[in-house]
Amino acid sequence: MKNKAGEKIKEKEARTMLLQGDEAVVEGGLVAGASFFAGYPITPASEIAEGFAEKLPALGGKFIQMEDEIASMGCVIGASLAGEKAITATSGPGFSLKQENLGLGIMVEAPCVVVNVQRVGPSTGLPTSPSQGDVMQARWGTHGDHPIIALSPSTVKETIDLTIESFNMAEKYRIPVILLLDEIVGHMREKVRIPSPEEVEIVERKRPRLEDREEFYPYLETEDHIPPMPDYGQGFRYHSTGLFHDKTGFPRGKTEDARRLMDRLMAKIDENLDDIILLEDDLKGDEEIVVLSYGSTARSAISAVVRARQEGLKAGWVKLKTVWPFAEDFVADLADRVQEIIVPELNRGQLIGEVEKAACGRARISGIHRYDGTIIPPAEILAKIKEVG
Amino acid sequence: MAEDIDRYLRQDKLPHIWCPGCGHGTIMANMLRGFARSGLDQDKTVVVSGIGCSGRASGYLDFDTLHVTHGRALTFATGIKMANPELTVVVVTGDGDGAAIGGNHLIHACRRNIDIKVVLFNNSIYGMTAGQFSPMTPTGATATTAPYGNIDQNFDLCELTRSAGATFVARGAAQHPRQLIKIFQEGFAHRGLTFIEAITQCPVNYGRRNKLGGARDMLNWQKEHIINQKKYESLSAEERQDKTPSGILYQDEREEYTEKYEKIIATARGSEN
Repeated sequence: MKNKAGEKIKEKEARTMLLQGDEAVVEGGLVAGASFFAGYPITPASEIAEGFAEKLPALGGKFIQMEDEIASMGCVIGASLAGEKAITATSGPGFSLKQENLGLGIMVEAPCVVVNVQRVGPSTGLPTSPSQGDVMQARWGTHGDHPIIALSPSTVKETIDLTIESFNMAEKYRIPVILLLDEIVGHMREKVRIPSPEEVEIVERKRPRLEDREEFYPYLETEDHIPPMPDYGQGFRYHSTGLFHDKTGFPRGKTEDARRLMDRLMAKIDENLDDIILLEDDLKGDEEIVVLSYGSTARSAISAVVRARQEGLKAGWVKLKTVWPFAEDFVADLADRVQEIIVPELNRGQLIGEVEKAACGRARISGIHRYDGTIIPPAEILAKIKEVG
Repeated sequence: MAEDIDRYLRQDKLPHIWCPGCGHGTIMANMLRGFARSGLDQDKTVVVSGIGCSGRASGYLDFDTLHVTHGRALTFATGIKMANPELTVVVVTGDGDGAAIGGNHLIHACRRNIDIKVVLFNNSIYGMTAGQFSPMTPTGATATTAPYGNIDQNFDLCELTRSAGATFVARGAAQHPRQLIKIFQEGFAHRGLTFIEAITQCPVNYGRRNKLGGARDMLNWQKEHIINQKKYESLSAEERQDKTPSGILYQDEREEYTEKYEKIIATARGSEN
């Protein structure tokens, strides 16, 4: 493994540790090749900044604590354009502040990872309590139509895996990827094995050849919709802007440019749903009731379904690891086969709306919602399965 | 002023969008003359700008250029410089972009003394949005959002950035091109946070509303009121009342931020072994 300056950096070996989710972001990030972190202290995400502050410089990477959350997001995008694998981490109030620059990151197509360890909102809310209240903000937090990828782990192990996935997808699709933890996953400790970089697939952004400098279009429409991206300082001398632009990177103020760029940005994601949408399920084919969940809530959901099965109920579970783009086709198929989909969420009902949209009346949809800073215990989900069954 | 600055301009993007009489083009050209004299590598230079009239400069400059959100250019520039300290990183900002919405980033970049060249085009007004008052609009002046007179106190940005920790602080004006070139040349050569306030005239959205005449009258005003620091210092307190000093106002050597971080890397690597 080498850093950007080409220096050999110490190989990471696989090892097993007792880690909390926040620490797992750091370990997973380093496996994926994270070389830059900018952030601002906030509960319950500060441990991520602390971990990177300690570990990055030893690997030749960079850490900077910025003056605020807005600055952290800008800093991460700047570092990304200069060639780094960059990451920031925050929680609700900070996630709100990052939104404008997140949109800039989408527009200039800067790969980066934005971690949001969700706490209860709005406002200062319940800073140390878990929530899944930022699901819609992850999708629509920045203004205007835009593509986004958001992944959400339910365990510490999954946090490592999905942090690696976040970097890989960011690099592959030239897009900021949001990693939605919640306070439970962020602070819970589990025994996990950290893989070595050799064991996992690590994706690097597509870079143009230096000989292409003479006739270079930084935002060229390519077959895969993802233009190659040079590092600053390589002599490409190209322009990036948050304004709608054509293949040259410059704004022309033409309506067709706006449509073309937006369609290309969306196509990067829409044409790769099979690659981006990650989920797990335990469906035996005879299900009448399926519990669909994500994040820490999936732990209670799986536990409840296992007990329901033991009691002879025809229940199954689905755990979404990719929240955005939403697994619309999967849920549509599911709705054709089952009678009821139960969606437990730590909010007043956010992803359930997407489930209803995809099911389109072909299955009954019911929610279990908590937004008081406490978890949804398995018993509550089991009771619901019995109630609707 | 014999420097060839055409090589630093994207000719196909000209003419620029700035209004007739605006001083931004003068500042930009003299910035490039200073850059040419500094001998820095065009391919290793990144220019970041924000929103407003000044923000448009990045589009005309033939470097790696990044046009970002309002007020945040310094945050992106910080990421770029930290990522690759070999790059020369320039921020082009304005009095609204840099002193209002981006004011916090300005003082913190100064505090770190990170090697970024901040060029603040001060035209005393929000020009792009047609004449709202900025933190640099003089008290008593009128603006579309201060129709009865501006009651806000304006900043002295050079005092502000110096006290915040900038190690090169200078002020120039569109009326004084030779001084501007010298400021830019030395500013580009400086290692550390470099702050250059470039006073420029906005006849359309500031001068006209405040009955200051056209561009020529405003340039004459600069000539009379923005005077070399040495001359300024020879004046009595009373004579200084309506004058502003220009030139390199402050320069100091202090360890630069990315150099300090290199030491952190060395320490962290040492402790690992």
